[in-house]
Amino acid sequence: MSATDSTATELAAVTPAIAPSPATARRIRRSRAVLWLSLPLALIALIVIVVPFLGILPDPHRQNLSETLLPPFFLDGGSMSHPLGTDKLGRDLLSRLVEGGRLTLLIGLVGTVVAIVPGTLIGLLAGYRRGWADTVVSRFVEAQLALPFVLIALAIIANRGSSLGVLIVVLALTGWAPCARVVRAETMALRERQFVLGLRAAGASSARIVLRHVLPNLTGVIVVLATLQVGTAILIESALSFLNLGIQPPDISWGQILASGREVLTQAWWISTFAGIAITVVVLLVNLLGDALLSHYDPKKRKF
Amino acid sequence: MSTSLATFGARKLGAALVTLLLALTAAFALGHLSGDPVYNILGPLAEREQIDAMRADLGLDKPIAEQYVAYLGDTVRGELGDSLQYFRSNAELISSRLPQSLQLLAAAMLLAVLIGVPLGTLAAVKEGTWWDRAASTVALLGQSVPVFWLGLMLILIFAVQLRLLPSGQSGGLDHLILPAITLSLLPLAHIARLTRASMAEVLAEPYIDAARARGLSSRRIVGLHALRNAALPVLTVTALQTGVLLSGAVAVEYVYSWPGLGTLALEAVQFRDYTLAQAVVIVGAVAFVVLNLLVDLLYVVVDPRLR
Repeated sequence: MSATDSTATELAAVTPAIAPSPATARRIRRSRAVLWLSLPLALIALIVIVVPFLGILPDPHRQNLSETLLPPFFLDGGSMSHPLGTDKLGRDLLSRLVEGGRLTLLIGLVGTVVAIVPGTLIGLLAGYRRGWADTVVSRFVEAQLALPFVLIALAIIANRGSSLGVLIVVLALTGWAPCARVVRAETMALRERQFVLGLRAAGASSARIVLRHVLPNLTGVIVVLATLQVGTAILIESALSFLNLGIQPPDISWGQILASGREVLTQAWWISTFAGIAITVVVLLVNLLGDALLSHYDPKKRKF
Repeated sequence: MSTSLATFGARKLGAALVTLLLALTAAFALGHLSGDPVYNILGPLAEREQIDAMRADLGLDKPIAEQYVAYLGDTVRGELGDSLQYFRSNAELISSRLPQSLQLLAAAMLLAVLIGVPLGTLAAVKEGTWWDRAASTVALLGQSVPVFWLGLMLILIFAVQLRLLPSGQSGGLDHLILPAITLSLLPLAHIARLTRASMAEVLAEPYIDAARARGLSSRRIVGLHALRNAALPVLTVTALQTGVLLSGAVAVEYVYSWPGLGTLALEAVQFRDYTLAQAVVIVGAVAFVVLNLLVDLLYVVVDPRLR
């Protein structure tokens, strides 16, 4: 915050004659906010991707039954050889968090793509075609919203058991509807605009209008939706893994680490605590980034 | 006037029924199209006759369309089948757990509204101040923290360390405090955000300026005139939040070993008791659709312009 503020002041001081208008200054600040929120996220992604290959952390799967439930370094009995302590099988918590972060972030991204792509296409179809297509889509959206994600997950997992594939299916089934709803509303507004009417009068095909002219105008909305969906997907993954319905050992995700820490909560609070902090920090950054993007693309829609 | 209200009600009811039908169909499809439940229950070592017998018992040997019609008929009559795991009727199992879940949901919703609405109002009235920023931070955190993790942390602090409150199971009012606080956080954050947005919009209306010009106190303007007009969108979100709340409730019930519908559903899944899982899904969907229908109708009563 202070960095962007001082830059704005500097700008104003250096060029007093053509100082940016308050609106422009605000725009610059917003773009900076997007940058400043993207950086830590990129850094976290870089860490979970690169660090396991550097060999500086112990193997996250290596058990050592003489070093079980070691506390983190800042407590009595902790040491820097296991900076965040160990779990009940003596595995290093820090390297498990790094390894688990990889799967968690991957699920966040894949879970977003499988929700946003169909959601956008369905929303475009309903919003542009109107009529029966719109009616059908709207009813499906409402029906989907009537089934909370845990219920959908339960219905599938009661039959199929849990696996990474089932998790992705759950994310797709639960994520498309909110996206379709927003895209539909925006498309309906765009379709009455002069440039679309003009294109239609000029004889452009519907597919061309929608994909080449309507869709590009929705870039901002879709980027915001996708960003927020990453946070939602990560929270759903962790919730399902916590309920033993998601990622199963030996695979590691943040939700799965959190779940394994629950059994030893009173002896080793650090396992669940650190995993939860990791999830919260990433989701918070993603949500902040979503808000910053929202006001970047559409200042009027800023909520908080 | 009354005819238009009746038409409106009928239209909303029709839409709700279609939504419900789709949700029930989805629950059926998810249960039946995702693999053979009997094979999943009996495992790969089961004899052919065993499998066939169980399939016939559950009606799974009939064509899928016939099963679907039978399922809808049963559901409409309120027959939710028998649990494969408890050998009792699912309706009985659900009604034995429902009161605990409702108690938890009601307490959480009450907390969310009682804290979320004033918080959002405060943020809107003091827009751009420290209050506003504090409220927005709370709301953002509330949307980013995994609820079940918050539950674990509250147990660690209040039950394990301070020994102030019980860590789980249902019982007296003290057992309700931690689960209700945990479950309320997410809807609280949504409600606070929306109240702030809705309130800020209303406060910019000319009639608020007019009320100020007439010398009405700030408290009166905000409490009486603005809040009433800002309440509508908040009402909708509150109802929609109930769906989110149902998802959260499963995790929160699990964390606190709360004997409600959520833990029942988890037990069902653990034992591949798909009839019970399906029954819980149906009850959840029906509750959500009915609640939203009620809110839609309430909307019209509160705001005569919509008639």
